[in-house]
Amino acid sequence: MKELVILSGKGGTGKTTITAAFASLAKNMVMCDADVDAADLHLILDPDFKQSTDFVGGHEAVINPDMCTQCGRCIEVCKFDAVRDTFEIDSIACEGCGVCVDLCPEQAIDFPETICGQWYISGTRFGPMVHARLGIAQENSGKLVALVRQEAKKMATQNNLDLILTDGPPGIGCPVIAAIGQASAILIIAEPTVSGFHDMERVGELARHFNIPAMVCINKYDLNPDQTKRIEDLAQKTHIAIAGKISFDQTFTESMIQAKTIFEYDKNSQASIEIQKVWDTIVSLPEFNTPVNNIMQHL
Amino acid sequence: MIISVASGKGGTGKTTVSTNLALSIEQKVQLFDCDVEEPNCHLFLNPVMGKKEPVIAPVPEIDLEKCTFCKKCMDICRFGALAVLKKEVLTFDTLCHSCGGCFEVCPEGAVLEKKRSLGDIEHGSARGISFVRGCMDVGQVMAPPIIRKVRSYTDPNLVTIIDAPPGTSCPVIAAMNKADFVLLVTEPTPFGLHDLKLAVETVKILGIPHGLVINRAGLGNDDVKRYSEKEHLPILMEIPFDKKIAQIYSNGQMVVDKLPEYKEKFQDLFEKIAQLVEKGGQNR
Repeated sequence: MKELVILSGKGGTGKTTITAAFASLAKNMVMCDADVDAADLHLILDPDFKQSTDFVGGHEAVINPDMCTQCGRCIEVCKFDAVRDTFEIDSIACEGCGVCVDLCPEQAIDFPETICGQWYISGTRFGPMVHARLGIAQENSGKLVALVRQEAKKMATQNNLDLILTDGPPGIGCPVIAAIGQASAILIIAEPTVSGFHDMERVGELARHFNIPAMVCINKYDLNPDQTKRIEDLAQKTHIAIAGKISFDQTFTESMIQAKTIFEYDKNSQASIEIQKVWDTIVSLPEFNTPVNNIMQHL
Repeated sequence: MIISVASGKGGTGKTTVSTNLALSIEQKVQLFDCDVEEPNCHLFLNPVMGKKEPVIAPVPEIDLEKCTFCKKCMDICRFGALAVLKKEVLTFDTLCHSCGGCFEVCPEGAVLEKKRSLGDIEHGSARGISFVRGCMDVGQVMAPPIIRKVRSYTDPNLVTIIDAPPGTSCPVIAAMNKADFVLLVTEPTPFGLHDLKLAVETVKILGIPHGLVINRAGLGNDDVKRYSEKEHLPILMEIPFDKKIAQIYSNGQMVVDKLPEYKEKFQDLFEKIAQLVEKGGQNR
């Protein structure tokens, strides 16, 4: 079984539209939306939300005013300034560390579990999908990302599917690191802009840091040939395989508005032809064909 | 006045709006790049950079001479950053949230503070703008402490513009919390609208006045406008979908330099924001 994680560093380079397009092409796979913070893949794949489960992500401190003597110990120990002068907890600031709970001399602080979101198992017209929604302003996105990926792997194992196609989050922080551990390969969707170059450089560094094979696909490559060349040179220098290039094509937006993949909307469009080529390249590259190790032992 | 520029969806034009706004207004301004995972403002402003300082988080290190293996540190840690074994204590720096619980609870004073680098802060200036940039080390996970550190340089006498990261979770909260205004930037596409709704919910939870910039107007459809009307979300500026602007951006140039007519538009945007802040926000 293989898992391909689509990343970009910079947001808005086309990760999700390209992942959806790959879903049209790949066979025998499960889709996983690991962008739990601002998930968009479902807008195209139209999943049926067959099974919904609460995600209990952590705990939150709650002061019981009847037992509180306002001694101030909680304010003193809280490193997150989450205890107000009125001895109430600012739930947005609360990190869920429980230090105030343990150190309150009156044991006046409760520590209930918090539901930080939901995760779903769905069917789509391209196959099964595992996805999630992190609650607004909630913590622990990394934990939820790890959970949806683990569930996608279980599903792939149970149904003898050979591929997990994972739409990753932007950035290089906590949810991204949770999205790439033990992946077979990552595909970076880069755009030929100064920021696209800079952000791809940092994602490439992250992939090397965690020893994961990386490929790059340049989206909207004709927008700026100089920046496209810079990306290709960087890829070569840093051993990132080049999976191909896709033109600046408004068909992407038109298909998104119709909630279709670009192949369903217009399979003869310039971008469709190019994505088909990119996909054929990906499946033939050695980066993609390294088996995922040790996943089974963890399930 | 603190204006935080946010979006939900990535790549909608936050950096374009924050840098061009900072450069256009007459007031003295400081620009904070708080997208610490992928900071980009410097690519457009080319600031002269000065002082650089690390952002450090304290993590535990165990003095085994003093440790009695009582496990109190492991018990208080909710993040699994300590494992007390028979004759050794394992610490996992990347899991630690620096809550200080283990230091507080150890009866032997055996938990020492080790310094872990999360990233760094750089100070600079560009064309009259005072610039502060946070940058997370590759492989680190804790963005909020870096963002809070950048924001600790807020000067109440200046206009502070914050370029926030995408999304709706902890780093975004750290970049928006206690701002006077949140300027949301979106594109008129289904993805743009979906993530805008999430961003609006986030801003409402924080109770901050907010308004919208529609970038790439003309692309996509009218659903974002319909949503804004229904929600009484004021549209403060529209930047048309124009390949010329995309090319200016791709080269790291400023829109207001290449298309000077935009300077006045960004000044207008600032006036509208100032009025909404003064009114205490219509959308509170």
